[in-house]
Amino acid sequence: MMQVSPDTATTSLPIGSDADLAWVRQRVRQTAAELGFGLVQQTKLVTAASELARNTLVHGGGGHLEITPLTTGPNRGLRLTFLDTGPGIRDIEQAMTDGFTTGGGLGLGLSGAKRLVNEFDFDSRPGEGTTVTIAAWVSGLPSPRAGAG
Amino acid sequence: MEQDAAADSAAARLVGSFLERRREQIAQRWADEPLFRTVFTVSRDEAVEASKAVVDALSAVAVTGRLEDIEAPGFRAVRDQLGRMVASRARSGFTSAQIADEVAGLRGSVTELMRGEFPDPAAPDAKDCVLSLALLMGTLRLVVMETALSAGEELIARQRQQLLEVATPVIKLWEGVVAVPLIGTLDSARSQVVMESLLNAVVSEQARYAILDITGVPTVDTLVAQHLMKTVAAARLMGAECIVSGIRPAIAQTIVHLGIDLGTVLTHAGLADALAYALERQGIEVSPRATAGAGRL
Amino acid sequence: MNGGPFGGLTPVPVLALGDILLVTLQGELHDGTAEQLQEDITHRIAQGNASGVVIDISGVEIIDSFLGRILAEIASTARLLAARTVVAGMRPAVAITLAELGLTLPGLHTALNTERAMDLLASPRSPVQKGT
Repeated sequence: MMQVSPDTATTSLPIGSDADLAWVRQRVRQTAAELGFGLVQQTKLVTAASELARNTLVHGGGGHLEITPLTTGPNRGLRLTFLDTGPGIRDIEQAMTDGFTTGGGLGLGLSGAKRLVNEFDFDSRPGEGTTVTIAAWVSGLPSPRAGAG
Repeated sequence: MEQDAAADSAAARLVGSFLERRREQIAQRWADEPLFRTVFTVSRDEAVEASKAVVDALSAVAVTGRLEDIEAPGFRAVRDQLGRMVASRARSGFTSAQIADEVAGLRGSVTELMRGEFPDPAAPDAKDCVLSLALLMGTLRLVVMETALSAGEELIARQRQQLLEVATPVIKLWEGVVAVPLIGTLDSARSQVVMESLLNAVVSEQARYAILDITGVPTVDTLVAQHLMKTVAAARLMGAECIVSGIRPAIAQTIVHLGIDLGTVLTHAGLADALAYALERQGIEVSPRATAGAGRL
Repeated sequence: MNGGPFGGLTPVPVLALGDILLVTLQGELHDGTAEQLQEDITHRIAQGNASGVVIDISGVEIIDSFLGRILAEIASTARLLAARTVVAGMRPAVAITLAELGLTLPGLHTALNTERAMDLLASPRSPVQKGT
């Protein structure tokens, strides 16, 4: 990956309540707009963030989000890392399947969020917690869009 | 070694002051060289001014002694100008190698002037100065090359963007009916742009019907088919109906062969059929005017 | 953005226009507020004689799978209570995102704006929206 230099300004937000979800959406929207993401890309990012933050809240029992603007390489981007210390996800394959749900959504949380961003990384250990990292790049220049998930 | 270094930097400073002193003469000569002459065709004064800017930059670089450093601050001032010159030469069909040769062509006249500064051109300090000047001119050539390459990249990116915008005109066909006639290969980026422009037009025209005409699209692969289906789904969510028209027989076959299910997509053979459908659904009937008009122009 | 102080859950007002319930969603919507709205609408249909529900979402900047589920559930509950639901004014960026997400909400009637939604509900009870 290209994040060689130290990350400039990582913002950390708590995810512990409904209101935190709303705040997460606002902050992600604002940061994405500042970085020059177009309206559709902003909306996709905010939606992905909302899905993942809700996962952190509902399945991870709360945690936090790290927002990192990526401005080092030739492209601008945004990285979001969702961390919790909850029970973890036992079957990642299954969790990534469309329609699989343990919460109250439509079972599109993880798999759906993956489709909305350029990069998606998932790490979960039973009993230790879950970390989901997503990144998106401002398009316009040839975008490094990962193969459709 | 230390003495060499000292001699080098002394020579570099001499070159710097020489360039500053003979700025006018050098610029006059350079203005007649192909690089400047062909770019600044309107007035020779312009060519002279541009040449002076380059001489000033070289002089600034020489004074700092960083003769071989393409990142030397002195060059920064002329990068923009060089970029414009390079772009102008590139538009005339010159390759970056040919442009670099033209930069190399500037060396002769300035070296000649420099030799004239010394009573004995064979003296060691004269040789040092000529060598330093040659280094400096070589670096200028590299700077131009580099400018040419990055300008090329920017140009490609910009043209790509323009192509995306130009290639997707959204047309209002009727009150409440918008259409995009697609021509050429659809890649992922273009499909995105098409989807956005069409849906934005649906809002701005409050159009209930949006037609995607793919008569001019040579091939449809799985990814393009997915984009078509997403566009249709998005339009439906907004309260509009998206119709795909102009699926040629070959493409229809491909779609079947690929096993793509366009089941949810409303299709029509041609743009006219799609429009007729949209009009009919809105209760609009188009018919020839009653008999009287027959045969008149 | 129409935030209101966080934590203070101001319910979304449900207006009655004749026998149609009109709801306008705007800005940031908390999960709790959305769930509350779902209950309110269900009650209002069950109590009164509402034959249709129009949900104007032209002021909504994002719909995730949670809010998507709420909208779908409002529609199917209403249907069980013999009322039709139309979601009006979805923004292009939101629609594109939902399509990408795979959340196409097949059971939902949609319209470009509130006026069209009203027209749709006023029209005879025939299959308004194309099934295929």
